[in-house]
Amino acid sequence: MKQRKNVSYAKYGYIFSLPFIIVFLIFSLYPIFYTAVIGFTDYKGLGVTSWHFLDNPFQNFVTIINNHSFRQALYNTLVIWILNFIPQILMALLLTAWFTSRRNKMRGKGFFKVIFYLPNIITAASIAILFYALFGYPVGPVNSLLVKLGIVDGPVYFLISKISARGIVAFIQFWMWYGYTMIILTSGVLGINPEIYEAAEIDGTTGWQTFIYITIPNLKTILLYVLITSMIGGLNMFDIPKMFMQGGPDNSTLTTSVFIYNQAFSGSYLYNRAAAASMIMFLIIAVLSGVLFYLMRDKSEIELRKEAKRLKKERLMIAKEQEAL
Amino acid sequence: MAKTKKKKGLLFKVVAYSVCILLAILSILPFWIMFVNATRDTYQIQQDALSLIPSTHLFENLKILLGKTFDPLKGLTNSMIISTASTACTIYFSALTAYALVAYNWKLRGPFFTFILAVMMIPAQVSIIGFYQFMYKIGMTNNFLALILPTIATPAAVFFMRQFMVASLPLELVEASRIDGASEFYTFNKIVLPIMKPAMATQAIFTFVSSWNNLFLPLVLLTDSNKYTMPIMVSLLRGDIYKTEYGAIYLGLALTVLPLIVAYFILSKYIIEGVALGGVKG
Repeated sequence: MKQRKNVSYAKYGYIFSLPFIIVFLIFSLYPIFYTAVIGFTDYKGLGVTSWHFLDNPFQNFVTIINNHSFRQALYNTLVIWILNFIPQILMALLLTAWFTSRRNKMRGKGFFKVIFYLPNIITAASIAILFYALFGYPVGPVNSLLVKLGIVDGPVYFLISKISARGIVAFIQFWMWYGYTMIILTSGVLGINPEIYEAAEIDGTTGWQTFIYITIPNLKTILLYVLITSMIGGLNMFDIPKMFMQGGPDNSTLTTSVFIYNQAFSGSYLYNRAAAASMIMFLIIAVLSGVLFYLMRDKSEIELRKEAKRLKKERLMIAKEQEAL
Repeated sequence: MAKTKKKKGLLFKVVAYSVCILLAILSILPFWIMFVNATRDTYQIQQDALSLIPSTHLFENLKILLGKTFDPLKGLTNSMIISTASTACTIYFSALTAYALVAYNWKLRGPFFTFILAVMMIPAQVSIIGFYQFMYKIGMTNNFLALILPTIATPAAVFFMRQFMVASLPLELVEASRIDGASEFYTFNKIVLPIMKPAMATQAIFTFVSSWNNLFLPLVLLTDSNKYTMPIMVSLLRGDIYKTEYGAIYLGLALTVLPLIVAYFILSKYIIEGVALGGVKG
């Protein structure tokens, strides 16, 4: 009986996480390192399996950073992300304010949430091609609508203009994601202590004051979470720009992910340059996840540490006071 | 005073409902046009591409669609195999890893959890070159296992399961099972997994959908058209072969979108709850 109590179960912690660890090492960590290594080599060409390190190991990185298309891709990614994120967060905040308003209870919130989230669940590749068809020229539903409403005289060739192509990609991203952001924000509001709102109501604040001075400050962490995850997602944007216009017209919707894909898997199979571009992206994402990681540390743990600090301080104060006495 | 308040309330309602209804139309209209145009022939669409009333050319469009390279049945089967297997791997092994993190006190538990948090956001794009070369060397391109096996290690799913387990797995139950002489593995399968059912269901829906919709990895790995998944299949609709077959293009898109819409409306309650949960936990 006594022996049984002393059985250590700790080893099962290792045993049960072993499948995860092994698979992670083989399929995630090894490919990341392998990609990093390829970034320093002359590895290119379909079916080629031998490669050598370059005399100047950073050659690929220098080439990529000076590459006009890569710079264009970084710029496009940023522009498309901003064009999608600002309206997305504003729309999500507005809907959150309405859906959580304590004064004006709205009906059909559940229904609207379901409808607004719908585009997010549909295959992005299908959506990109659907929008390609909707904005078609000279035959396309959007053109039909604009002509019928008398907004334009004849069909407009949206897909050939850099500005409209970028705008459409940003719009699709907005359209797919504002519902998601709204649901996350409303669930965040439900987590705020209702007593704060009751106190504000007694003080006679208006609905907007409550939203701006109570809701938004209390949502700070969640807003940051949304911002950073959206940034990382924006950096990886692939399906929509790739399927919508293959990065065109004139590279105007070429994002970093599409750039990497095109470098490595079409045309000249420049694996080494694509790997270097991947590593640059990896660095940016690592910094962003670092920030996110800092935000998501176990909150209870932080509070405990704070509490310990406070106790220590108090004890010091008491000791000091006693000394003074 | 009371009157202005009432007026304000009315104004709020008019504005809020109008915006919401407009957004709802915006969400549905593209799909509606797609379904309607799937039933119209090329001539009708050329006359007026925007119609809200279905026509009668569904089967003609289907004939044109299937007469070329687009094979929805094959795409559906391939996607189904990959998504089902990936989902099973993800939820079972994530639960197992989360259990290791919650139920046992081992030395590297803290560092391991920190590590999972740190790698959670790393996307497939940054390791794709190495991953592709690795798979190419061991002859696993065009092999579904290259897409399925990696899902055994899904850090985000482990994180989600762990949060759920910390909140709702009574460790006394595990203790009781030990006293009854059950092995640790048996306890996990027969006692812990049933308690985890709600978390596993939520995770299963999201894993399945993201695997179903995944384009990047399959596009890189699967070059044999017999292995194409639905998202790759759909890219054929944009090519020259369907150039002016407008009705067929819309029908092809509709066939890829329809299963998702149906599944979504059946499961919408759980999906919306799951999205909300992800935000709170984060």
